Amino acid sequence: MNVVQSAWTYLNDPLNWTNPGGILDRLGEHLVISASAVAIGLVIAWPLGVWLAHSGRGGGVIVLLSDLTLAIPTIALLTILPLSFIGFGKPPTIIALAVFAIPPLLANAYTGVRQVDAETRDAARGMGLSGFQLLRRVELPLAVPYLAAGFRTASVQVVATTALASYVNGGGLGQIIAEGFGLGTAVAGGQILAGGVLVALLALLAEGVLALLERIVTPAPLRPARRRADREAVATGAA
Amino acid sequence: MSLRDLAYQEAPNPWFSWDYIRTNSSTILDALGEHVTLTAEAVALAAVVAIPLGVVAYWYRPLSGPILVTSGVLYTIPSLALLAFIAPAVGPTKSTSVLIGLVLYALLLIVRNTLAGLNQVPRDVQDAATGMGYGRWSRLLRVDLPLALPGILTGLRLATVSTVALVTIGGLIGKGGLGNLILGGFRNNFFKAEITTGAILCVLLGLVLDLLLIGTGRVLTPWTRRAR
Repeated sequence: MNVVQSAWTYLNDPLNWTNPGGILDRLGEHLVISASAVAIGLVIAWPLGVWLAHSGRGGGVIVLLSDLTLAIPTIALLTILPLSFIGFGKPPTIIALAVFAIPPLLANAYTGVRQVDAETRDAARGMGLSGFQLLRRVELPLAVPYLAAGFRTASVQVVATTALASYVNGGGLGQIIAEGFGLGTAVAGGQILAGGVLVALLALLAEGVLALLERIVTPAPLRPARRRADREAVATGAA
Repeated sequence: MSLRDLAYQEAPNPWFSWDYIRTNSSTILDALGEHVTLTAEAVALAAVVAIPLGVVAYWYRPLSGPILVTSGVLYTIPSLALLAFIAPAVGPTKSTSVLIGLVLYALLLIVRNTLAGLNQVPRDVQDAATGMGYGRWSRLLRVDLPLALPGILTGLRLATVSTVALVTIGGLIGKGGLGNLILGGFRNNFFKAEITTGAILCVLLGLVLDLLLIGTGRVLTPWTRRAR
């Protein structure tokens, strides 16, 4: 039996879904860990990014932070945090993933507020809006597309990296793959492949759903010009 | 308290230890070597595939959508899933399994930045080159690509730094360079010194390679410095 067939057999066995530690359990863990990490990231990154941009400070810090987190391997934080004062369990995994969710959220919140036209801002000021009113009624609504884009990028990335929690036995769908590698590809090649398919499908599904969400919350005139250009390019190509 | 608990509690487990580094220098250097080799091979292979793809997307507009979408999907697929697809087919103990995943992952960053760099070449420069009698290929090699170099180098930098971090994933099958130290330390009764040594070296390697590429870029594109 080749690997693809045994992966199919693995996915078709209902017990593999419903057993303790089965696919459904792992999927639940995966979603809980991902959602918590994104939530923590949101609570920290959005207010900070919006405030930095509103007050016009800290652009350099954000670039530095993104560059630095790009260089830190996820599994370094995943292994170091449980050994710190935080202790073992879900919290260190969630914190580690939240750290990687912050840069895209922060950068997009910052850019979203900064890109608001200076003239629009002046007009709002001239109409007598206070700093907070300006933020709430002008800057934030105009920043929505960027906030949504950051949310999508961060969420998809977290859903993908939650798979790595399995390296420290932290649960999630990656666990199916890691356990398979533990058994060896000769025995569990099918399980490894099945786990890979599940993890990949979940990430692509998250990407699709959030892309749709991003589109829904972005008013048509605010959709990025780049995409309009792409569509035009495709249209002329077809014609 | 049992004797075993006592022994565990009293065993020192510092976050950093020169002694560990001294006594294990050959293991650490091997891991570093594997890490550098995997990164270099992955970025080089990805560049060989991705830069031509960027050029194709630039020449044939209708293809730019499909090329970007395909590399985007590959980029969205979690690295662990890629490893799960590749390892059973290629061999679970071969570093080739890790290498293929790294290449697929680095593609998007290089393709996107190459295309962005090429798209930034000013229209009148292209017209002037065509007017001077440059053909498609000679214009590409002598005008478009040199002017797109900053974009291409940005792509290579992003790809290199993220590949350095990503190589560690291969630790799951024992082919993760410094990731072997990080995971090994975790499995080896939470040996903190081994974990932090691997992690610190990994971040440093990323920074050093990034600086190296920035330096290379400055040498290769002297006109961008004069403009500033």
